[in-house]
Amino acid sequence: MDDVSFTVGRGEVAALLGPNGSGKSTLMRCLIGFFSPTRGRVRVAGLDVGDDPVEARRRLGYLPEQVTLYPDLPVRRYLEFVAGAKGLGRGSRRSAVEDVIGRCGLESVTGKLNGKLSKGFRQRVGLAQALLGDPPVLVLDEPTVGLDPVQTLELRALLRALRGRTVLLSTHILSEASALCTRIVILSRGRLVVEDTPEGLGRRLEGMSRLVVRVDGPLPEVAAALRALPGVARVDVEPAEDGSGQVLVVRAVDPVPVQRVLATTVVGRGWTLLEVRASAPALEDLFVRAVGR
Amino acid sequence: MRAFVALLRKELRSYFGSPLVYVVAAVFLAYTGYYFHTDLVYFVTFGFGVAIMENLWQLVFLDIRLVLMLAVPLLTMRLLAEERRLGTLELLLTYPMRDGVVVAAKLGACLLVLAGLLASTLVYPLWLHGVQAFPLAPVAAGYVGLLLLGAACASYGLFVSACTDSQVLAAFLTAMPLLLLWLLSWNEAASASGSLAVVRAVSMFNHFQPFTVGVIDARDVFYFVFLAGAFVWATLRVLEARQWRGRR
Repeated sequence: MDDVSFTVGRGEVAALLGPNGSGKSTLMRCLIGFFSPTRGRVRVAGLDVGDDPVEARRRLGYLPEQVTLYPDLPVRRYLEFVAGAKGLGRGSRRSAVEDVIGRCGLESVTGKLNGKLSKGFRQRVGLAQALLGDPPVLVLDEPTVGLDPVQTLELRALLRALRGRTVLLSTHILSEASALCTRIVILSRGRLVVEDTPEGLGRRLEGMSRLVVRVDGPLPEVAAALRALPGVARVDVEPAEDGSGQVLVVRAVDPVPVQRVLATTVVGRGWTLLEVRASAPALEDLFVRAVGR
Repeated sequence: MRAFVALLRKELRSYFGSPLVYVVAAVFLAYTGYYFHTDLVYFVTFGFGVAIMENLWQLVFLDIRLVLMLAVPLLTMRLLAEERRLGTLELLLTYPMRDGVVVAAKLGACLLVLAGLLASTLVYPLWLHGVQAFPLAPVAAGYVGLLLLGAACASYGLFVSACTDSQVLAAFLTAMPLLLLWLLSWNEAASASGSLAVVRAVSMFNHFQPFTVGVIDARDVFYFVFLAGAFVWATLRVLEARQWRGRR
């Protein structure tokens, strides 16, 4: 990590974005005091993590990227252990555990061993342990990775219900970031490349449009032909879902004239044009530009 | 303190939730019982009479020591190695407590189990005392020695367990140096006269020996407390090393 500096305000939900290996997890481990930075400072709720790690951690709930739970403990007993380890007294422990069980929808699995839980429930137990002790700041490393679509939606709903807390979550799913967050920080190769609100990022994208083109023809030649068209900024090949034709994403400043020449070119070369669709500029475009891929 | 208690309870629960501790306890009791029996037969056969400390209990304590050395690596191997393998250590170390609390709770749980094992052998002196009275205070000194030796070995085992995520390797690397230390002082005749003094000064078993005849020497107590403290310190440094090594 080098020269990364940003602030997440009280009650803000911020997303840490970046390709795999960009330093998201390392940054988060610095935040929770698991790693200490060789230079620089991390402050949580006004406390320096390096100077006062115990008090800083009291204000932090952390969900690691790989949720590792003691496999031989049942869910409720595990949460009671975490409540004790976080220093909760006997009286408040029970109600705190009940509270997170209800909040994370764990009622049906309280007696089940951690090792027997599905991925979705494991993630929820991970979130529940982070919420114990009612920390004002949450650091969630890839909270929805590896979940099926239904589980992902459920977990997002859970995350939305956490309003009022300061949350920093990492993800490489851009739609998740724009759906959940009020601030987006993009990392690439250990450096901060963009920090903005989702709206601000949207504004940066104005003037760049996407055309999704589906063509039945030889892929390298089609891509080369499209790249050669006037007004085209960039052409990317995407995997086709159903195998009929090739899907290419064409980016252009002004899509309308490009659309016209594109159709005549494809037909003129004897290929079949199956689909041309203009789509709104997406965060992906900015992301791709920002991380230089 | 609350965190310490919560961790201690979890450690004890995971000891008694796995079959290992029961197997270790059964083997421990079988061996110590066998040694007590043969030592008693020896004592009675040769009719040593009043010198019961030197001719019975010393032998019993030296034998229990050997069984203890085999038990300790099995009790310490999983303490941190398992947490490292599972990856639970990362989460544990992000809770609001110092690393020292984790180490203290783990060592504490292990020492409680060891103390329980030793306490179960109290049956032998108490039974014998019922048959024929003899001074119990020197025997108590022997138990103090066993506890101190156990604490030093356990904190060494904890340190080894912090260094690896393989329990088998942790047990092996704990048992080997303990055996070596024993062999060093056992085979004193093979040592050169110059090195003999050094071997005697560092050997755990030469410091343990006075306890077996009922003598508690402050220097021997200090030796074991120092050893245990040194390995606790080393364990904390290993945990801290994650910060600059970047490993889980």
